[in-house]
Amino acid sequence: MYQYLVNSIDPYTMQILVNIGIGIILALGLNIITGLTGQLSLGHAAFMSVGAFAGALLTIKTGAPFYLTILLSGLITAAVAAAIGWPILRLTGDYLAICTLGFAEIVKVVFLNLEVTNKALGLTVPAPNTTLSMPVTVLIVVILVIIVSVFIENSRFGRALKAIRDDEIAAESMGINIARYKVQSFAVSAFMAGIGGCLYGHFLGYINPSDFGFLKSIDMLSMVVLGGLGSVPGVVFGASLLSAAPEFLRFMSQYRMLVYGALLVFLMVFRPNGLLGGIDFAALVLRKLGVKPRGAAHEKQGGH
Amino acid sequence: MFLQQLINGIALGSTYALIALGYTMVYGIISLINFAHGEIFMVGAFVGLLMVSYFKMNLFLAMACSMAFCMVLGVVIEFIAYRPLRKSSRLSALISAIGVSIFLSSLAMMVFGANAKGFPDSAFPSHQIHIGDADISTLQLLIISVSALLMLSLEFIVQKTKIGKAMRATSEDYNTAALMGINVNFVISFTFALGSALAAAGGVLVGVLFNSVSFNMGLMAGLKAFAAAVLGGIGSIPGAMLGGLLLGVAEVFGVAVGYSSYRDAIAFAILVLVLLVRPAGLLGQKIQKKV
Amino acid sequence: MALLKLDNTTIRFGGLVAVNGVNLEVEEGEILALIGPNGAGKSTIFNLITGIYPPSEGDISFKGKSIAGLSPYIIAGRGIGRTFQNIRLFGQQTVLDNVLIGAHTRGNWNLSGALLQFLPAVRKEEGRLLELAIRCLTKVDLAHKAYELACNLPYGEQRRLEIARALAIEPALILLDEPAAGMNPQEKQTLLEMVRTIRNDGVTVFLVEHDMKFVMGLSDRVAVLDYGSKIADGRPEEVRANPAVIEAYLGKGAAH
Repeated sequence: MYQYLVNSIDPYTMQILVNIGIGIILALGLNIITGLTGQLSLGHAAFMSVGAFAGALLTIKTGAPFYLTILLSGLITAAVAAAIGWPILRLTGDYLAICTLGFAEIVKVVFLNLEVTNKALGLTVPAPNTTLSMPVTVLIVVILVIIVSVFIENSRFGRALKAIRDDEIAAESMGINIARYKVQSFAVSAFMAGIGGCLYGHFLGYINPSDFGFLKSIDMLSMVVLGGLGSVPGVVFGASLLSAAPEFLRFMSQYRMLVYGALLVFLMVFRPNGLLGGIDFAALVLRKLGVKPRGAAHEKQGGH
Repeated sequence: MFLQQLINGIALGSTYALIALGYTMVYGIISLINFAHGEIFMVGAFVGLLMVSYFKMNLFLAMACSMAFCMVLGVVIEFIAYRPLRKSSRLSALISAIGVSIFLSSLAMMVFGANAKGFPDSAFPSHQIHIGDADISTLQLLIISVSALLMLSLEFIVQKTKIGKAMRATSEDYNTAALMGINVNFVISFTFALGSALAAAGGVLVGVLFNSVSFNMGLMAGLKAFAAAVLGGIGSIPGAMLGGLLLGVAEVFGVAVGYSSYRDAIAFAILVLVLLVRPAGLLGQKIQKKV
Repeated sequence: MALLKLDNTTIRFGGLVAVNGVNLEVEEGEILALIGPNGAGKSTIFNLITGIYPPSEGDISFKGKSIAGLSPYIIAGRGIGRTFQNIRLFGQQTVLDNVLIGAHTRGNWNLSGALLQFLPAVRKEEGRLLELAIRCLTKVDLAHKAYELACNLPYGEQRRLEIARALAIEPALILLDEPAAGMNPQEKQTLLEMVRTIRNDGVTVFLVEHDMKFVMGLSDRVAVLDYGSKIADGRPEEVRANPAVIEAYLGKGAAH
């Protein structure tokens, strides 16, 4: 039935939809480490790159079933993230951010020089070995990633991440092992970036290390912040909007990136917490259920 | 050979240092990674190019014009894109900075096209000087001396003038500085102006050095300069100078010993390694946990 | 055997000796107050006990085992809960979530639990943690505000929420850093009774406080710190009469 639905949509629209889907996967992944754990990553494109090349090589060299390939590329990416996460996640704030950025540049340059990634020529990715078509696969993964994100947010694990984001010292005093949770959430985040990259590579049919540079990391970050950091509906919305924006702006052809840049500034200045940020969906639901609305008093914290 | 590479490295490194200073000053005062700073460097290079090739100015005059133009640009950017976000989360300001960066580089591509432009040969008739077995061009000496002069002037402004004192106070404690009657808005504008002027000078010098000015030159230069600022200890002015020189020299030597295809990774590899050993950078201050 | 034992505990920040060779024992089941002038090193002692700073010299043992130099999360896991002088709540999260974070060490399911949260075992644990959190909130009379954002609570309630969060660790020892600061007399009286109940429920209480009336009315024992050294230790009325304390801390007029 899905297949029928897929066939009834014209290829151009379908391409936009798949791009949106991949954007959502990537943005929700980044949201785990930056939105929930509060650690700014400026190098997430590197994980996308690792996933894309791992997936492409698995398909080329082994011809493994596509779903296994997706899973494996996610796991490989998560392992890479955990390995580099141990040393760098003890850095705080912007030092961590610049380290992730530096790491991403190193990955890009290394891939540009490796035989196995075909150096600067990039890899042609053969069509995936699967019965379901690409759009359906992406849709399934998007739904899974949304479910996992919501699950994580509302769990003991997610509460620990949010505690670290809000106050590391208080979190540690509550018995939360900060280093361990940072690395774990980094790995989960990279896992999603990895499967996003794998899907991206197989969908496009061609990948080049240069595609996963700083600007790609920034794209992902913009999706997360624009929609509303830490809010799953916000991130989904932001990712959809920004993945589709270049298409909607296509009519302005050469002015496209100009408008895109100005739009980012404009949106941030007028909605600094993101388009859907600051809206507490759980509270809205509670209010609908008749739970007493929260007080408006805004007491300032402080001591002496 | 060694001396020659060292001079090459110092020349490249001093341009990184010029850009890094802008990052570090802005960060010191409002804790913002000003990602648009690399684009100001690019705009500076284009303005310098315009002045030399269309208005037939001499290089120094062109550089002065470019610095003046970018000072205004830096102040305007701060006013439009960062000031409204000063009370918001730092990530919002960061995204805004990225927006400015995308805007400026695409504007430059529209106006000047996608191909790199070069300075006319007459811009700075360079010739070689032989010192021992090293061939050193007068252009490199020019770059090193202009950078040194600018950095000395900056050091003078920051350490010896009233506005410099206000800058140091604001960077130490924003709120207290405001309470002490310092016009913080003016200090921030002034910091952006200073940083942008240095980046513009760096842009003109790099444009002449590589004889190439393009709309996307700001990205990698900006990232490396930012790396230099962090390497030295972000917020520290001497740190930015040291970091820039170190990265420039390391890059040139890395290329010289045969890692030219890894050129762009060298700076970041050094950065990551140094941060693992010294988490606050070379000259950065260790932050005491406050409970 | 004392529950907590500070053995010649010392910490230096650069040249400053903030805590100087302090020997102190906290007995199981008592309410011990630590008093002293501003800057005497009281909060620093709490930060030493909870592992935020490792001691430069000396030892700290809890339940007979040394905890000096361990990470704060391990020490919390051993059963020491704390509040902070300058309130450190997770302001943008609900009151309930704050206490659930406090209950972190009482659960085991991690990432796998998050992904498999439909399993009965995970749901059972989550239910148990929720029950614990509500119980802690009830102890400080905040259960009716469970779904409000922590930053929207009035100041006195924020202090009580910090206590609830620390209780969710189910600690053997709770450290309260100026729990009554900024409260009005009525609120202080309520708090005093709450702390007594906490102790009667089997939690040993060690607090730092400035309000003498509060300290004298609540504590079984009082220790006095001045310039990083302990100058007195005893029952409230003894300490109140100790000339060294009067001179160092209470001042001539405050001795009644």
